[in-house]
Amino acid sequence: MASVAKEWREIPGRYNLEGTKCDCCGKVYFPERNFCPKCRRDSIGKMKTVKLCREGEVFSYSIIHDAPAANNSQKPYAVAFVKTKDDVLIAGQLVDVDLEKIEIGMPVRAVLRKLDADGAAGVIHYGFKFVPNV
Amino acid sequence: MRDVAIVGIGATQFGELWNNSFRSLGIEAGSRAIEDANLSGDEIDALYIGNMSAGRFISQQHIDALIADYSGMATNHIPATRVEAGGASGGVAFREAVIAVASGLHDTVMVGGAEKMTDLDDASINSVMDATADAEWEAGMGLTLTSLYAIIARRMMFEGTVTREGIASVAVNSHFHGALNPGAQFRKAIPIETVLKSGPVAEPLGVFDCAPITDGAAAVILCPLEDAKKYTDKYVKVSATSQASDTLALFQRPDITTFEATRVAAKKAYEMAGITPKDINVAEIHDDYTVSGIMALQDLGFYKKGEAGNAFLNGETHFDAGKVAINTSGGLKARGYPVGASGVAQIVEITEQLRGTAEKRQVKNAKYGLAQSVGGTGSAVTVSILEAI
Ligand SMILES: [Zn+2]
Repeated sequence: MASVAKEWREIPGRYNLEGTKCDCCGKVYFPERNFCPKCRRDSIGKMKTVKLCREGEVFSYSIIHDAPAANNSQKPYAVAFVKTKDDVLIAGQLVDVDLEKIEIGMPVRAVLRKLDADGAAGVIHYGFKFVPNV
Repeated sequence: MRDVAIVGIGATQFGELWNNSFRSLGIEAGSRAIEDANLSGDEIDALYIGNMSAGRFISQQHIDALIADYSGMATNHIPATRVEAGGASGGVAFREAVIAVASGLHDTVMVGGAEKMTDLDDASINSVMDATADAEWEAGMGLTLTSLYAIIARRMMFEGTVTREGIASVAVNSHFHGALNPGAQFRKAIPIETVLKSGPVAEPLGVFDCAPITDGAAAVILCPLEDAKKYTDKYVKVSATSQASDTLALFQRPDITTFEATRVAAKKAYEMAGITPKDINVAEIHDDYTVSGIMALQDLGFYKKGEAGNAFLNGETHFDAGKVAINTSGGLKARGYPVGASGVAQIVEITEQLRGTAEKRQVKNAKYGLAQSVGGTGSAVTVSILEAI
């Protein structure tokens, strides 16, 4: 069972889609990084927190039938790599959607949802999921 | 650096081995390798073990000490080291052992790989595999390892570099060879329809696109090339071993339809061996998923992007097709996938092929063989090249 500290430590990324932008080369990373793998020491102290654009499109996807215990009640469910409008690829679930109608290029946006829970009395994890952007 | 030889090999049966414990499997493979190399066991001065997750599969940490003890080597107090790199655990353990002999620090080294998976329930096993991806930003967001490979497969099909049939034929090839390997978990050839109609796991991938849950172990004995003749006349040379890394999360890569770590490791390995992909006669590739096999053939330089699917479909990958023979052991899909053992079991198969002892699946006049082992979604890759003497 995960600690409560782990849950709140992840809030900036999981709730707010906060990543980091390298001020040297302009590349945006998600999740956050302490330095830019391209610019290395030049980027230290120049990494700025940025919120990713919450809108984007499906880059690729899968429909999961064989789910881990925590997500067993949801199956089948869709997961996707989404390319945000600021050109960052992120991974998450795709919900409130007809599974048959998902396609690459489909416009989506990120919303805050319950991800899963550590048992009935455990910590509830929240984070972003994608929904069709109509 | 010294040249290194493989002087002994051993492997257990692969399968759901309810009667065997982790330690009994490890010891069986090790004993066979020692016997094969005509050693007493006292000559061995270091031990490396590839193991992914005994801690979660059998609740046993400290596998290095366990194996050293039950192989009777703890009383000689030799160093024992357990290596973990997800699915590449066995490949990395092999490479570390080669480095130890090449450097001159050790002379006669055993490298083993072992995994006992079936003591745990299937859902828990899958969660352990999912943890070889990014546990926080992939698995923690609801993605499974299978779904990540499914996302790769879907994107490749969308970009038009492979068809669903091309992907499925990777499993057909592995089962074709598994039928010829008495040590394989699945020893039955299958038609492509079996793969295409298998129940969905993570669409578009089905049950037959995924390597099975397997118990098993494998071991090889290394020594300096110049000493190999002292033990045996059926040794092979380790011409190259290389390793490369990439981001832990697949979504952080500029291109998800290729494993850059495979390309980098392969390039270094070919340079080290002084050969090109055209010189390879037989290869064991990491087909934990069918789509991984498509990527492997392209990233290792055997086929251009867009051509690997047809190579599998046309049977060019068969042991007797005269091209580079792929997964003559049955691969991870049909031989079985005891995770930490696989990278070492690949070396065992390539050694059999180069010695000419692969029986019904023997590739004619095999001179060079290659083994590729992959962790997660290509976050760690080893490529090793062996050469017949
Ligand atoms: Zn930068």
